Amino acid sequence: MPKNRSKINFKNVRDLPPMVMSLRSMAANPTGSWRNLRPVIAYKDCIQCMICWKFCPDAAIDIVDDRPVINLDFCKGCGICAEECPKKCIEMVKEGK
Amino acid sequence: MKPTLPLEEYMSPGHLACQGCGAGIAMRVTLKALGRNSIFTFPACCWTVIDGPFPYSTLEVPLLHMAFEATAATASGIKAAMKMLGRDDVIVSGWAGDGGTFDIGIQALSGAAERNEDIFYFCYDNEAYMNTGIQRSGATPYGAWTTTTPVRHFKREPKKSIDDIVAAHRVPYLATASVAYVEDLYKKIVKAKEIRGFKFIHILAPCPPGWKSKPEDSVKLARLAVQTGVFPLYEVEIGIYSQSIKSPNRKPVAEYLKLQGRFKHLTVEQVAEIQKMVDDRYAELEKRFQGN
Amino acid sequence: MKKVVMGNHALSHGAQLARVQVIAAYPITPQTQVVELLSEIVANGKLKAEFIKVESEHSAMAACIGAASAGARTFTATSSQGLALMHELLHWSAAARLPIVMANINRAMAPPWSIWTDQNDSLSQRDTGWMQFYCQSNQEVLDTLIMAYKISEKVLIPSMIVLDAFSLSHTYEIVDIPDQELVDRYLPPFDYQYRLNVDDPHTFGGLTTPDWYMEFRYKMHHAVNDALPLIRQEGIEFGKLFGRAYDTVDPYRVNDAEIVLVTSGTAASTARYAVDQLRRKGKKIGNLRMRVFRPFPFADVRRYLKKAKKVIVIDRNISYGYHGIFAQEVKSALYGHSDVPVYAFIAGLGGRDIFPETIGRIVTKVEKSKKPTRDIYWVEVKE
Repeated sequence: MPKNRSKINFKNVRDLPPMVMSLRSMAANPTGSWRNLRPVIAYKDCIQCMICWKFCPDAAIDIVDDRPVINLDFCKGCGICAEECPKKCIEMVKEGK
Repeated sequence: MKPTLPLEEYMSPGHLACQGCGAGIAMRVTLKALGRNSIFTFPACCWTVIDGPFPYSTLEVPLLHMAFEATAATASGIKAAMKMLGRDDVIVSGWAGDGGTFDIGIQALSGAAERNEDIFYFCYDNEAYMNTGIQRSGATPYGAWTTTTPVRHFKREPKKSIDDIVAAHRVPYLATASVAYVEDLYKKIVKAKEIRGFKFIHILAPCPPGWKSKPEDSVKLARLAVQTGVFPLYEVEIGIYSQSIKSPNRKPVAEYLKLQGRFKHLTVEQVAEIQKMVDDRYAELEKRFQGN
Repeated sequence: MKKVVMGNHALSHGAQLARVQVIAAYPITPQTQVVELLSEIVANGKLKAEFIKVESEHSAMAACIGAASAGARTFTATSSQGLALMHELLHWSAAARLPIVMANINRAMAPPWSIWTDQNDSLSQRDTGWMQFYCQSNQEVLDTLIMAYKISEKVLIPSMIVLDAFSLSHTYEIVDIPDQELVDRYLPPFDYQYRLNVDDPHTFGGLTTPDWYMEFRYKMHHAVNDALPLIRQEGIEFGKLFGRAYDTVDPYRVNDAEIVLVTSGTAASTARYAVDQLRRKGKKIGNLRMRVFRPFPFADVRRYLKKAKKVIVIDRNISYGYHGIFAQEVKSALYGHSDVPVYAFIAGLGGRDIFPETIGRIVTKVEKSKKPTRDIYWVEVKE
């Protein structure tokens, strides 16, 4: 299924398949709004080990130009990346303020 | 530095797992190991909800939601159909929680194991019926609080030895795994993919709400479980045991328990009881690792 | 080719001719011969199929759901306790819109243990969405099984072929077993548009909120309803090709009948014999055999019953606290269309024989009153 980020709108029964089946990805559901804390990576100390990337339960860390980049649309702020970082270069910062 | 796992994802972000969900890590790694040529079936479990409501889905491989008891039987049926349709190459997997494996799903599991069905059966074990709000299951360890084993009546029975039970079926492949050792889990699945017959993988998946632990501690807990010997990592291939990750100088079990609110009420004596249970079980396994 | 076969073996031959691909079944008296012969047929290479020897009936239906979801033509057979054990998954398979075909040998529910015929097992499942066909002969069993695949695969609703324990399952009758080529002409291979497909992945059965659940149930109801004209049409098409046509109901000497019996299964064969006996005595009696139960053939039932002076429904089943289930449905079909009094008789539970004389006595009793004096009449119960 293509990672279409938009929601689907049905109008009536005729729009529906005969049985319940998925038609689009959950990428249409940005879970970034769940966060209270946001991970911030201090890239000067990052050794690009990708441990943060491998442990993310939400696949919310992308690898861009060999660096981990937090996908803030989806990051739930669980803090596993910060906890597991061997260089302790990820800080969990309060959202909002 | 190169990542230790392949980059491609087979599940999208935006799913409904709690913050710090061990089951999320388990699925992500498993999908990387199995690849796109896979079909999954889930019983009622956390992943029923995690995958998302109609008309959306997180998984990018075909998935059949099914009833609670039926995972191994459903997977057997899917595999039989794939054989008949000339697609025996497709990997068929049942993916169930501990409830759907140890308790209500055990009959279908035993039947499929006995028939040596050519399927994967993954149990992601968060040690209680978490999806329905943290009720005890056969997988809940001794001493744990759950909503049906409140502190005054905490769980007295030890965790059911599902690995011994499945191994007794003389299945070609069984492995335990932990979401802290993702390369180990990945390697085991890639190895098992070459094996015909029933393949059982039991993955420890910490659950912050159910274990009353901090979301950021999920990987740490999955590591401590192995380092204390609470959840040893090993493989069993038709009755032959081999240890995957050795834990020499095992850490005391208290280090693992103290990070989880579900064990907070335990007395020093009860923690010592748990230490003894872990020691005894570990000694038993060591004998098997040495081929006694 | 004509052979003398028992009802259970008619099912095995039918499944073979229908080229079923996955069979998942668990043994239960009186179904065992169905799967035993199928095992031999598969072992001899006469049918290319995977036979999963599951460890319970619930797993049998689960395996069928898995296999059908993946696009295979699936078959299973069971009876009473086994059917009851599948109940959860009967709801599942129908709402998942899977064209599974299953044979159910009508056997009385326990306790106490009974292996003899009674319809409570299948009729208890009438709300699950499965289509139900009640057969009176081994020929009909084989023919209906083949037609069921065609119908189910078109409307995407599963079918249950129902036959009486021992009276049909273990009774030997002459059956014309059609040639494979003829069946292949009638029944194309199963091509499931919505199958589990690694090249076009989807998730099936996910959580659905009240916003859309009802719409899916609406579609399912219409699928079952729309099957009725298709069932009639296929009954005619089958007749053209194989020489034996079938309809939703089977009327016998109903045209000028003052009293019409409503029966199903082997009791209907007995009823026809009794009708001939009573006609020779000058009584204007007819019999309407119910063949298709779900979807319920309202129009056909009305057509054949509304001109009668009395209707006697003989139910080999009961809904406790009410009366027989065919009687319920017949009354509801007639409501607003006819005032004909309907007598609800319960006979033959737990396999007790229904003799022509039994039917004679039922008719005599009904002749004594203008309309029913009781909600429910029990036949020959030692009250």
